[in-house]
Order: sequence, then structure tokens, then C-alpha cells
Amino acid sequence: MSIKMLPNRDGYGHGLIELGATNSEVVVLDADLAKSTRSDWFADKFPERFFDLGIAEQDMLGTAAGLSLGGKIPFATTYGVFVTGRAWDQIRTTICYSELNVKIAGAHGGISVGPDGATHQALEDIALMRVLPHMQVMVPCDAVEAKKATIAAASVKGPCYLRFAREATPVFTEERDFFEIGKANVLKEGMDVTIIACGPIVYEALLANEQLAAMGISARVINMHTIKPLDEAVVLQAAEETKAIVTAEEHQVAGGLGSAVSEVLVKNKPVPVEMIGIQDTFGESGTPEELAVKYHLVANDIVLAAQKVLARKSK
Amino acid sequence: MYTQSLEELKKSCKDVRGDIVRMTAAAGSGHPGGSLSAVELMTALYFNVMNHRPQEVAWPERDRFILSKGHVCPVLYSVMARSGYFSVEELLTLRTLGSKLQGHPSSKLLPGVEVSSGSLGQGLSIANGLALSARLNKKGFRIYCLLGDGELQEGQVWEAVMTAAHYKLDQVCALVDYNNLQIDGTVEAVMGVAPLVEKWQSFNWHTIQIDGHDLSQVLAAYEEAKQTKGKPSVIIATTVKGKGCSFMENVAGWHGKSCNEKELQIALDDIYGKGN
Ligand SMILES: Cc1ncc(C[n+]2csc(CCOP(=O)(O)OP(=O)(O)O)c2C)c(N)n1
Ligand SMILES: [Mg+2]
Repeated sequence: MSIKMLPNRDGYGHGLIELGATNSEVVVLDADLAKSTRSDWFADKFPERFFDLGIAEQDMLGTAAGLSLGGKIPFATTYGVFVTGRAWDQIRTTICYSELNVKIAGAHGGISVGPDGATHQALEDIALMRVLPHMQVMVPCDAVEAKKATIAAASVKGPCYLRFAREATPVFTEERDFFEIGKANVLKEGMDVTIIACGPIVYEALLANEQLAAMGISARVINMHTIKPLDEAVVLQAAEETKAIVTAEEHQVAGGLGSAVSEVLVKNKPVPVEMIGIQDTFGESGTPEELAVKYHLVANDIVLAAQKVLARKSK
Repeated sequence: MYTQSLEELKKSCKDVRGDIVRMTAAAGSGHPGGSLSAVELMTALYFNVMNHRPQEVAWPERDRFILSKGHVCPVLYSVMARSGYFSVEELLTLRTLGSKLQGHPSSKLLPGVEVSSGSLGQGLSIANGLALSARLNKKGFRIYCLLGDGELQEGQVWEAVMTAAHYKLDQVCALVDYNNLQIDGTVEAVMGVAPLVEKWQSFNWHTIQIDGHDLSQVLAAYEEAKQTKGKPSVIIATTVKGKGCSFMENVAGWHGKSCNEKELQIALDDIYGKGN
């Protein structure tokens, strides 16, 4: 039985449509990428609440800020590289410093963007957003969770960054699964090592869990869909009980999930950590599958990291 | 809200100028030059033009003011204090630890400031967003946004200029403090922005050109902007940076520097007349 595949940006589109129908304050902005980001699904149904700002990301974020001051809940949408890079100062000084209720959606997160190459692969967006005071950062793992994260973002006050992916990836969570911002989901219990992952790579972590099980290693798998506020309790419990951690993300290892988890650990419960992610380099063109292999982002890499961290584990 | 006669407004402008030099002198830093050039624009706006309730800062129908050039918050703080948002004495806490009056305005700390600013180039976009929200909510409030002429070098300003015209945001009124100075020298020497009127016109804005220190022209400009439908308006106000203090006028160096005791006395004499 093959697993259902969907791009998790579709979840964003579905989430927006549901919000459009249930919350009249929700408005959506895009910067000439509405088809690609799925914000056009909302635009088709609620044209009067959709604003295309043209290829002007900084203005889009400022306009979103103004809409939020007028009581609206704006979702400012474009590719993750552009929204977090080009408009970072607008997000920092206008939105976060004023603590405005602006939701920021970064599509095409990660190297799995593929053939468009390095310019379009957001690999620093989590770091750029998580460093900002008041910002909440979510990286859903599949299309179902992406929809939940979108809807959840509208229900909390303050700025949120949502990262979506371009490629169709396995849909392995279900509608009925619990989702709460800041509360990680433990997908597999395990006592030897813990894999903490975010985004579609969580599926690779589940595959790694099976491979490790075949070797007699019991690996806990945590879906850390919220990078900020980070579920510190679940991290510390994992450190306490498994004493070894592997993080996995489609992002630079500097500044992303691996860093966030490590920050919690070094302060409270230092245990060995191995980080799967982009190792301080830019991406390149290729198919998503080729790139995942080349940049060591597949289940096999997670297994190797788990073995490495187990070897470092203090007895 | 109350309105002042031309004579009263003139007197208020003196008090606002006095506040600006006094509060920056007390702080030992701050931006008097571009505050002084915007005094007439801001005094007329807060005392006569804007529909607002200092006692009810969150009044939903209020007109909005966005200070895009956040560094000139001394002029904003002064007109806010003098129209009743907080006490005039509090002005002297400018830039000190624990003060609501931050070196650049913070909306979280000072009720009545709509949004924090200080990174140039961002305000007009915010004004546009507010205008779009007003359109959706069928509200009639107007949005005023003060920009510096040097600030117009920021690309985002022109993105927002396009957006306001594209969406025909006639509730938006941009104010350009055209003092022809920025930090490194004259605007035309650093990075020319002329011809301003033609630029804004070609971006489909209604333009109103005035002497920014002539209060009757200022009031008439606001009225003309209010009456203009179907497109946003910009008031391009020719001004003098440092206006009212002889030694500061047209001197780039007084952009971000405060008076020492001796200079403060001369400044106050200039503003109020000697011996006052
Ligand atoms: C994005 C950004 N870049 C640089 C600065 C530093 N800065 C503060 S004021 C200023 C000059 C502003 O000139 P102008 O807009 O003409 O203002 P005014 O003359 O009215 O003071 C600069 C460069 C800033 N605040 N924001
Ligand atoms: Mg200037």
C-alpha cells in the first residue's frame, strides 16, 4: 500500500479556505506567487479579502502590519527565502517590536524545492524568524498538519511564521491527531535514543526508527512542529530517559531546530547531540530525491547519526 | 478634539519647538533638526485636523497618524503631550531608562503611538494596510503618514506609493518634510530625489505643494487632501531643517545632536524672543 503524497503547502491552502469561511477578519496577501503558495485558493473564494502586492515583499509585510492594526488577521505569503530575508527588518521592527498580529507564510522551505536551486531554497528562514522576540515559528510535517498549523496560527495573538514545503511528501498524520502550538507530538516511544525532527523530514525519522528497531535500537521520534515556543519539557524528558539526541531538519544546522534543542540541553541536561541538516552550505539544482541524498537528509543518514550519538552516550 | 485659531496654532508651534529643544537637551541626544522642520505640519494635524480622542486612545473611529521617520519623535511626543495624551512634564524623560518616550517611538510603551518606527521607509506601507482595513470594515477614518525627504531614497517607500495608488486609497495622506537635508549632507548631494512633485504625480497621486511653515497653507493642504477622492494625496511641504533656531537652520550637523546649556538658551530666545 503506497502512502498518500501531498505538498504541505496544499494544507496551507485548505487552512486558508477554512479560515476564510469561519473568520471574517482573516485576509491574505501575496507577492505575485499566489498560485504557487496556494494563497490563490483563498483569493478565488474571498476575492475582496485577498490583496496581491506585486513583487514587493517589504511593502507586503508593512501592509500586513497596517491591516493587523485595523483589526484584521493578515496572512502574508510568499516563498520562505524572500519573506524572511527580503523583509526581515520589516518583520523585526514593525511587526515583532510592535507585537502585531501578523501571520507570515513561507512556502518552498528547504532544499526539496529542487530544480530552482539555491536562490529559492529557504535554508535560513527558521533561524531568521526564531531569533525575533514575540515570534512563534511552526514547521508542519505534512499537508494535514499544515492545515492545522494554519488554523491554529489565526487563533493565537501575535506574529507567527509558518514554513511550508513545495514537494509532495508523505501524509502520515491524521485529521484527528492532537495539534497544539508549542506542544510536540511523540510519534514513537523509545528508550535508547531520541530523534527530534520538524517538517517533512519527520517521515524519514519514522523510517529510521524502523531501521534502528531492526538493529535492536529503540528510538523515540518526536515531531517538533513548533520551533518557538519550543516544547522544552519533551526535550528534557527525552534527554533524561534516552540520554542521546539526534535532530533532523531541512535547514542550516546553525540556528534552526538543532540549535534550539541544543540550547535547552546545554542549560539543563547536557547529553550528546548529532544534527542532521544543511552543513553551512548553499543548495543547488537537482531533483528533491537527489538533493536529499546528496545533503544527507534521508532515513539512512539519521540511522548513522543515531549510531554515532549512541557511541558518544555516557554509560 | 478641539481646534485652534491661527494665532493659537502659531503660539502652539512655539511651545512645541520649545519642547523639542528642551527635551533633547535634557536627554543629551535625539533629533531636533527634522523635528523642528515638521512642527507646523504636526501641530496643525494634532490640534486641528485629526479626529482623535487623547482620553480614549483606542477609539476605533480615530484618524491614524504613522510616524514613518521615527527619529523625529520629539515633535510627535510634544504634540501628543500638548493635546492630552500624557503630561508635558513627562517630555523631559525622553530617552531615559524606564521612560515611555523611547529614542524612537514604541507603540507597546506609549499608548497613542499606532506602531513602532525608527527603521526608515516602512510607514507608508502600514498606512496603506490601515486604509485597506478601513475599506473592509466600512470605516471612514483617515490615515496620515509623515516621511522625510531623505527617507524617500528607501525603495519600500515607492513600493507603497504604487500600492496606495493601485488600490486608490484616498484616505491616505502622505506628508513629505522636504527640508533637503539628511545626515551626510543635502538630499540632492547624497542621492537626489527631485523632481518630487512630478515623481508622485507620475505614480498617480494627487500632489499638494506648500510652504511647510505657513500654517494657513498647511491647513488648506489638509483640507484639499480630504476633499480629493479616488486617489491618495501627498503634501510636499518645503521646510527648513532646524526651523526656528538660528544656529540649527539648514545645518546638517543638527540632525541628531542636542543643545548644550548655552545653545539651549539661544534656541529658546530664538523661539520665544529674547528675555522670555
Ligand atoms: C533604514 C534606516 N537606515 C538608516 C537610518 C539612520 N537614519 C536616521 S535619520 C536618517 C536621515 C533621514 O533623513 P530625512 O528622511 O531627510 O529626515 P529629516 O531630514 O526629516 O530628519 C538616517 C539615515 C534609519 N533610521 N533607518
Ligand atoms: Mg530631510
